[in-house]
Amino acid sequence: MSVVEFRMPSLGADMEAGTLVEWLVKPGDQVKRGDIIAVVETQKGAIEIEIFDTGTIERILVEVGTKVPVGTPLAVVRTQAEAPVLVEAAAPPTVAPSPTPAVEGQAPPPAPPAKAIKPSPTPRLRVSPAARRLAEQRGVDLDTVAASGPSGTIVSADIERAITEKAAQKTPPTGFDLAAMRSAIAAAMARSKREIPHYYLAQPIEMTACEAWLTRTNAKRPPSDRLLLGTLLVKAVALAAAKFPAFNGFYRKDKFEPVGSVHVGTAIAIRGGGLIAPAIHDADRLSLDDLMRQMRELVQRVRAGRIRSSEIADPTITVSSLGERGVEQLFGIIYPPQVAILGFGKVVVRPCVVDGHILARPVVSATLAADHRVTDGHAGALFLAEIERLLQEPDKL
Amino acid sequence: MLHEVAQSAVIEITYREAIREAIRDALRRDERVFLMGEDVGRYGGCYAVTKGLLAEFGPKRIRDTPLSESGFTGAGIGAAIAGMRPIVELMTVNFSLLALDQILNSAATIRHMSGNQFGVPMVIRMATGAGRQLAAQHSHSLEGWYAHIPGIKVLAPATIEDARGMLWAALEDPDPVLIFEHIMLYNMTGKLSADAGPVDIQTARVRREGHDITLITYGGSLWKTLEAATSLASEGIEAEVVDLRSLRPLDDATIMDSVRKTHRAIVVDEGWRSGSLAAEICTRIVEQAFWALDAPMGRVCSEEVPIPYPRHLEEAAIPQVTKIVALAKATLGKA
Amino acid sequence: MTATTDKPRLSRSHALDLLKHMIRIRRFEDKCAELYTEEKIRGFLHLYDGEEAVAVGVIPVLEKRDRIVATYREHGHALVRGVPMQGALAEMYGKREGCSGGRGGSMHLFDFATNFYGGNAIVGSGLPLAIGLALADQMRGEDNVTVCFFGEGAVAEGEFHESINLAALWSLPVLFVCENNLYAMGTALAISESETDIQQKAACYRLASEAVDGMDVMAVEGAARRAVSAIRQTRKPYFLECRTYRLRGHSMFDAQLYRDKAEVEAWRQKEPILRFRSWLEQSGMLHPEDLARIEAEVAAEIAEAVAFAEAGTWEPVEHLARFLYAEKAA
Repeated sequence: MSVVEFRMPSLGADMEAGTLVEWLVKPGDQVKRGDIIAVVETQKGAIEIEIFDTGTIERILVEVGTKVPVGTPLAVVRTQAEAPVLVEAAAPPTVAPSPTPAVEGQAPPPAPPAKAIKPSPTPRLRVSPAARRLAEQRGVDLDTVAASGPSGTIVSADIERAITEKAAQKTPPTGFDLAAMRSAIAAAMARSKREIPHYYLAQPIEMTACEAWLTRTNAKRPPSDRLLLGTLLVKAVALAAAKFPAFNGFYRKDKFEPVGSVHVGTAIAIRGGGLIAPAIHDADRLSLDDLMRQMRELVQRVRAGRIRSSEIADPTITVSSLGERGVEQLFGIIYPPQVAILGFGKVVVRPCVVDGHILARPVVSATLAADHRVTDGHAGALFLAEIERLLQEPDKL
Repeated sequence: MLHEVAQSAVIEITYREAIREAIRDALRRDERVFLMGEDVGRYGGCYAVTKGLLAEFGPKRIRDTPLSESGFTGAGIGAAIAGMRPIVELMTVNFSLLALDQILNSAATIRHMSGNQFGVPMVIRMATGAGRQLAAQHSHSLEGWYAHIPGIKVLAPATIEDARGMLWAALEDPDPVLIFEHIMLYNMTGKLSADAGPVDIQTARVRREGHDITLITYGGSLWKTLEAATSLASEGIEAEVVDLRSLRPLDDATIMDSVRKTHRAIVVDEGWRSGSLAAEICTRIVEQAFWALDAPMGRVCSEEVPIPYPRHLEEAAIPQVTKIVALAKATLGKA
Repeated sequence: MTATTDKPRLSRSHALDLLKHMIRIRRFEDKCAELYTEEKIRGFLHLYDGEEAVAVGVIPVLEKRDRIVATYREHGHALVRGVPMQGALAEMYGKREGCSGGRGGSMHLFDFATNFYGGNAIVGSGLPLAIGLALADQMRGEDNVTVCFFGEGAVAEGEFHESINLAALWSLPVLFVCENNLYAMGTALAISESETDIQQKAACYRLASEAVDGMDVMAVEGAARRAVSAIRQTRKPYFLECRTYRLRGHSMFDAQLYRDKAEVEAWRQKEPILRFRSWLEQSGMLHPEDLARIEAEVAAEIAEAVAFAEAGTWEPVEHLARFLYAEKAA
């Protein structure tokens, strides 16, 4: 005699559970193999279930109305026969299905690309399409980028990292060869002094209005959005140059070519000893915010070594400001083929006569160096006077 | 996360019941609708989807057919042309092959061929997929084959909401719509708004947002893919899961938006690999988003063998969570 | 058992043979049901209870060189044909030692040694296959008969009409055996066919055809002898409709909502084993000890088959793609 369990049978490939809805036997009943002893409700309807053992129902384990998973013991049966043939089944393979079936070629990781992608800066270089495009857009030299992608592929994250790193570098950007730059400047300045008959004019400009306006305007702005004095200076020069075209253009082949647009070259010093004055295009038409942003971006790019050649060749007039460095007056040398360069010193508080009183006022000294082949002192004075006038009404800049 | 359900009364329902409710709703709302197929009435449906509907709607609207797939599919086409809105149930995609000529050469073709004089507003529903050890002739996933045919639309509802809502939209469509119901989904339970209605049948849905890699899939494979995404997240990889929902037409915009965001894509498709729907999607990504890619695309598909009966071989033959996870990691260059 | 006579042999040994064949099938199917509920056998399972007389009446009439095509309800046909029970059961377990290497399961039993061509799961798909086998035999002048078993549900498929038309048109040596058990899964014949007299349909294609009581194993055997003899002599196809009944559901997962329990019980009273046994007992050919011996032998064979299947091994996953195509000889 032995005791076996009658379990919820699997009746279908997609049967996971069943609800016991009726017992057709009770404890003590004799049953034989093939007898229907209960009814189970499934998604397909009620199905009668049979017992495969012969014996006596000893105990009911699951009550009517209960839903149980396939395999759950429903009743205990005492059988007459000897212990059921308890064959220890060969367990179904417990190994998780191997992810590498014997089909050729298709196990992860993905196969590397068959051949190198055709136009490639260096044939051995593996660069993802996204990285390639980003590098081109941002002017990054792929040969200098470390790869982090699979199989040594440069991916877009690598390009982005390279850009960030370059911007943070303390050493001079690799984009500029300082020695070459020095000799280029030497040549240009020598030529300028040799060929261009410079004349110089100086004009002190009261900055009370500008400083007050800046203070008021910047008070309402977060630090990142605050305007600098230099922006006002450049804008004033640009607007004045638009009105005085004789100072805005190129002297080439023995004649002056005025340029319709005003592209102000802003002199920027490079750490390590270089100087460059790339253009801000159409500076007369930019809002102060835009101008500020472009000036800032220009400085960043200069420091990262990413200036386009067009930006160097384009200025129609140049502004140089050493104000922070502490001199009061700056007499510049014109960058050929331009015909004028403005210089601004530092803002100093000076005694001024205002309505017959002597008052302390912030003053900056503006200087003009101009090409005497194109203009003379009279025109220059008017030009400077215009700049001064514009700087008295900063809200109109 | 999973697409949010409207905030009204919410019921707990199985995928099977959701489809039944969709059919019931359609039959009530439009007298032109009727359903025909093998064992849909008296038997209650091979997968019990239509259980009870014969008693409710009668034998003219729930129509048991002989085993004549080509015959009754063609009849559905004719009935649709003449103004009815039939739902033809082909018991499974495996038997649909007997009706392939009618589907391809008639349903998909008549409008174009007749110069727009006749259209075929019918819906064909089929069970599909493997996973129940039903062996080689009962385990096909041929959605990709059907998605190859111009002139029809092909849908793969993977969620309770789509199971409930796609049928209605399909019935309103003036052209043939095929709806594939994966057999492993019928028992799935989930929540549904009590007043759920039609859903759009043209767009894919992002079922899980992520930024490291896009996993594109449909139908029965959606849940394996979501499980894979959860597993990847525990390793710091955030996968975005896109449920295609419509296999023809494919929603390129949603796919490309995702690929442009994550720069990497894997397609999980239970069809056989070669010439699969996955292959089509990968090609479209190359065509439209090549410059956004940081890695080659990958596919997790069924091995190219007839699906075998023993469990361990069947599991090895079809897509699994482990395979998806492994390929995603390899694509990201992580072992 | 030879095919030289077309009269059923009524000797005691032959009768006990037939009875044992039927009981063996019934007990085997019963064991399969049990194993299925225990999830040892998976997928779909279609059992032959009530229809044994058809396979047992027809198949022993054939020669070894003859060919058999069957459906997914083919366990009985395989066993009677001589496919080893161990191999059949191991196949259902999915073990490598199964007759189809474990790959097909219950619906796809194949056996080269006994000319057993499956095990076909798509309704109607066996008929074109059968006429093809017969076509080859005809073209090569072989004296083989191909027997194709199918249910009455297949009659609705286009394949049925195409196949029997071709068989008649080309004069192919096929014996079509339609096991009319009145239900195609859950669809009754009466709501499926405009003409429910199936052998009449075959006659319309100009096949020799007859209908026989499929619950009477002697009647089936007699009809089969006539048919096979006719095919070998006339080299023309023959159609046999065997009217029978399926005592269990279509498959294991069937709530049988489409037929009355009373109807099933009525048929159970005239099921073939009960009927034949009663007749043999009444005619004195069957004694209790014969039955006991038969049951014991069958039980032992089944127990051995179960042990064999349980101890069987699994095909390695690495071999998944083997036999997709023919392998080149080393």
